[in-house]
Amino acid sequence: MASSPKEPRGWKDLPIGAVPYRLSTDYKTGDWRALRPVVDHNKCVKCMLCWIFCPDMAVIWDGEKIVINYDYCKGCGICAYECPVKAIEMVPEPTE
Amino acid sequence: MAQAVKTPRIPLDKQILMTVNGDEAVAYAVKQSLVDVVAAYPITPQTIIVEKFSEFVANGEVHTEFVPVESEHSAMSACVGAAAAGARAFTATAANGLALMWEILYIAASLRLPIVLAVANRALSAPINIHCDHSDAYGMRDSGWIQLFVENVQEAYDTTIQAFKIAEDERVLLPVAVNLDGFFLSHTLENIHMLPDEAVHEFLGGYRKIPKVKVDYFDEEVPLAINPARPLSFGPLDLYDYYFEHKMHQVEAMKRVPEVVREVNEKWYELTGRKYGDGMLVPYEVEDADVIVTVLGSTAGTVRHVVKKLRREGKKVGMVRIRMFRPFPHKELAEILKNAKVVGVMDRGISFGSYGPSFLEVNTALYDYKEKPLLVNYIYGLGGRDAEPSLVEKMFEELLKDAEKGVVENKLRFLGVRE
Repeated sequence: MASSPKEPRGWKDLPIGAVPYRLSTDYKTGDWRALRPVVDHNKCVKCMLCWIFCPDMAVIWDGEKIVINYDYCKGCGICAYECPVKAIEMVPEPTE
Repeated sequence: MAQAVKTPRIPLDKQILMTVNGDEAVAYAVKQSLVDVVAAYPITPQTIIVEKFSEFVANGEVHTEFVPVESEHSAMSACVGAAAAGARAFTATAANGLALMWEILYIAASLRLPIVLAVANRALSAPINIHCDHSDAYGMRDSGWIQLFVENVQEAYDTTIQAFKIAEDERVLLPVAVNLDGFFLSHTLENIHMLPDEAVHEFLGGYRKIPKVKVDYFDEEVPLAINPARPLSFGPLDLYDYYFEHKMHQVEAMKRVPEVVREVNEKWYELTGRKYGDGMLVPYEVEDADVIVTVLGSTAGTVRHVVKKLRREGKKVGMVRIRMFRPFPHKELAEILKNAKVVGVMDRGISFGSYGPSFLEVNTALYDYKEKPLLVNYIYGLGGRDAEPSLVEKMFEELLKDAEKGVVENKLRFLGVRE
């Protein structure tokens, strides 16, 4: 591949049709989150409902337990709402 | 690239003589253009286009996927989806239907999808009116589409085929709207010459070719089309950091349209023996004219008739038909108009609180010239009001008087309205 153009790119270095030149996974969309889901693994029964319901696929099964991917979790709270044993708490992100 | 090899002419007796109206002419052109997807919703005076085309689909005469959608918003959306997947897509509409497409028109243009849209020009509501004016087309002026206006049924056929060629050219990749005057052309029978199917296929180079783009995550250039094997995102969020840059792509693409329109016009001439000026402007008797009138669409026929009559009476009058409204050929038009004494700009539509949209363009075209004609805007024909020869002649007589006086008192005039 040729050397990458200077960032942020000018219009001459961008593909037409406004298609993104980077992968969508490069865009960390979790940074606008106001509330952070925190899992209490003592309460979690590993039913995986949070994994099913997460609209951003930000709940990951690591082989032993669920892990939240905070790079993409937007803090919508659906996981906490659906959790039948109330193992997920939505905690405000620090504001400073 | 300019074609060095001349296209062999198909003589008139080898072309197919048909009696069709403007809508049917468009339908036949689309049939011959190997269109993959047609998505449309009926609205007068466009309905015959898709009605006729749906017959071709029902008879198995085309391979096209016909999508009878629930609204024009959906029609253009379906075309956007189809074109993003690499299809050659077509739709047709008019007036309020075009207005309902508005949001998606911008998306088609900015995603650089070479969709072709036939607009059977009709007045916008209210009051509801099904007849011709250009208020619908003027409304999509800033959407990023190429806008071509045809004068007769033959040109509607020719231009629809040309539109695919222009839209899909790699230098352009923009959607094209082919405007034909509602009823005056859409519902009026004319004898026209059509090409054999194979000639159209060859002219267009077969099915649509997909342009390629370079993105960081694929080593090779990839087709600019939806494909699960090589995923690309179309139209994702783009804020103050990149939106402005992406708009520049549309600015630059529009700059390249004139050369492509010229080439396509020439190539069509080689193939068929028919051409329309330089593809953008069609002048008539302008060389020594004191008074020149600019006009769009079918009214040009009437104006030409009147110019012919007045020339016989020794009056120095001429006409320029504006075939391409977007991008607007400012420089080319100014070169034709600059030596006239007075120019009358006919607009079949008005921007309320301002002038007619083409009047603004003609002003812009001439502003930089030291010596330039006086300009008058004539708003005419709203809601399908006829612009008969006597009315056009009255306009020329007024303009000739203005030329004699050397001053224009009323710049905005309404032609054929009752007081």
